[in-house]
Amino acid sequence: MLLAKIVGTVVATRKDPRLVSSKLLVVRPIDPRGKADGNYLVAIDTVDAGVGETVLVVSGSSARMASGLKDCPVDAAIVGIIDDIQIND
Amino acid sequence: MQLARVIGDVVATRKDEQLSGIKLLIVQPLSPDHQPVGRPLVAVDAVGAGVGEEVFFVRGKEASFPFHPAEPPVDAGIVGIVDHWDLEEE
Repeated sequence: MLLAKIVGTVVATRKDPRLVSSKLLVVRPIDPRGKADGNYLVAIDTVDAGVGETVLVVSGSSARMASGLKDCPVDAAIVGIIDDIQIND
Repeated sequence: MQLARVIGDVVATRKDEQLSGIKLLIVQPLSPDHQPVGRPLVAVDAVGAGVGEEVFFVRGKEASFPFHPAEPPVDAGIVGIVDHWDLEEE
């Protein structure tokens, strides 16, 4: 899974019917120290996250195992809101 | 599977229900000579690993298999703690 910061929202009226009522957010992966790292991606929100929050993003076919996304055409889902990261390396 | 070192842990109170009770750790993939390669990622722990240990982890949907029959939404999971590894010199 990736750590990411939510940087925006996406509105799409015309989309796959299985995505109707899904919230789409723009997230940017970060490293464990909070530095932006890599490209932006669009992820489906399953935990009521909002812009500015640090979240846990699951990608690939595993994203469909998030609650409510069974059989949805998605490859990235937000499955947790991060409270704290402890690094010791 | 990939070799990695556990370098940290992640706390998330609000998360997918199926992730409740599952430990989230930050792993740094390693080269065969124990040097960090690539970016760190978050993996679930299926074997009781801790910070500082060298482990191997799987990517993809297979990361959820240790929790069968539950299907938590995870794409990286630690499935073994490495005691040591040896390489033949090339």
